[in-house]
Amino acid sequence: MDYHFNFTIVWRHAWRLWWGLGLSLQIALASLGIGMLIGVVLAVAYTDGRRITRMAIAGYVEFIRNTPLLLLVYLVFYGIPSVGGFAYDATTSFIGTLALYAGAQLVEVFRAGLDAVPPGVVDAGRAIGLTPMRNLIHVRLPTAFRVSLPALSNAYVSLFKDTALGSVIAVPELTHGAQWINFNTFRILEIYALLTPIYLVTGWIILAALRLVERRYAIVRPN
Amino acid sequence: MIAAMVYALPFLWQGFVLTLAVSGLVVAGSLVIGLLLGTALAFGPRWLGLPIRVFADTARAIPLIVLIFTVYYGLPALGLSLSPFWAAVAALTLFKTGHVIEIVRGAIGSIHPGQMEAAKTIGLTFANRLRYVIFPQAVRRFLPPWINAVTDSVKGSALVSLVGVVDLMMAIQQVIGRTFEPMPLYILGAAIYIAVNATLSIASRRLEARFAATVAA
Repeated sequence: MDYHFNFTIVWRHAWRLWWGLGLSLQIALASLGIGMLIGVVLAVAYTDGRRITRMAIAGYVEFIRNTPLLLLVYLVFYGIPSVGGFAYDATTSFIGTLALYAGAQLVEVFRAGLDAVPPGVVDAGRAIGLTPMRNLIHVRLPTAFRVSLPALSNAYVSLFKDTALGSVIAVPELTHGAQWINFNTFRILEIYALLTPIYLVTGWIILAALRLVERRYAIVRPN
Repeated sequence: MIAAMVYALPFLWQGFVLTLAVSGLVVAGSLVIGLLLGTALAFGPRWLGLPIRVFADTARAIPLIVLIFTVYYGLPALGLSLSPFWAAVAALTLFKTGHVIEIVRGAIGSIHPGQMEAAKTIGLTFANRLRYVIFPQAVRRFLPPWINAVTDSVKGSALVSLVGVVDLMMAIQQVIGRTFEPMPLYILGAAIYIAVNATLSIASRRLEARFAATVAA
């Protein structure tokens, strides 16, 4: 092996990595937030809705789950503006894509969560005179949410990893920063020797932190 | 819209075949390596299990695109030059192997330890204990998550287009480069991927039903 490691030139541009890491975490958080909204609304609509609603939601979920994320990224960034007659910047488009992607997965998560709410609890809510809406807000959703917490932590870490795909449409996130340094300094091995541990360690830290939150709030499903 | 799709279809054929080839190689490679390493993780000594554990966790925690770039751009600097096709297949296989190891370990772990003890008691060798007692039971727990991993491989194979392999995704991009009509092509592409994955899901449900029946009998 006659490759000479030289990190000095990489450190000079390292701010792009830290900056990109921050953006990656924000993109993941934003898309998780929007995705949760989609997930909760559709999960409730699925659980309480009629056949036609269920079929539409199942169609959305299956479409997203069986299509490569890369294709979705292109479809939202290049495809939709081409027929919609408008354009948006790459980061917005990418957050939208990830939110749709996360939403499809979270529908399933929240649906399982809603199913895990014991029927007796819902009956009890009805018995003390809660309207269906209030029953949903005060009884079913808080329980379902706490049951779903571990799955949400995993979704966040997984979304953080998926932000790497933003680099293909030039969202200046972590991987894009690494590619920029790569193409401008040609210190290929140094970049990837840094990039990989950054993803690894950040993923571990997020997961460890969220496990602490779970220990406090999550309800472990008996099975 | 339909006309644009019909026009594009012949141009997508070769890319489609390549996507299937990449997915097939990755699924087969990760299955073989993952089964070996997963079994070693479940039954092997600690010194063997620890590196496997680290490998599986690392491979799953890195974004696939980073893994592909690392193998494709990084390895030549170390003196190992792979063609884009094999670099992408190698990276995808590493990634999938991590998942398969985890699935195998989980499937074996779900078998009651008493099964292994009983098999020992009647004097089966280790290989025979696995073959006649553990694996036939574990396969039912193995199949559902593994099929998920297979459809995931098909989806993940789209990333090989980023290192210049002309798979389905790349073929779609090439047609768009000529027609400047992205939307019909992306929808057509999504439909093709969905068709492949739906076929796999249906096939897997049959497979699962068959294994469930034979084991229950």
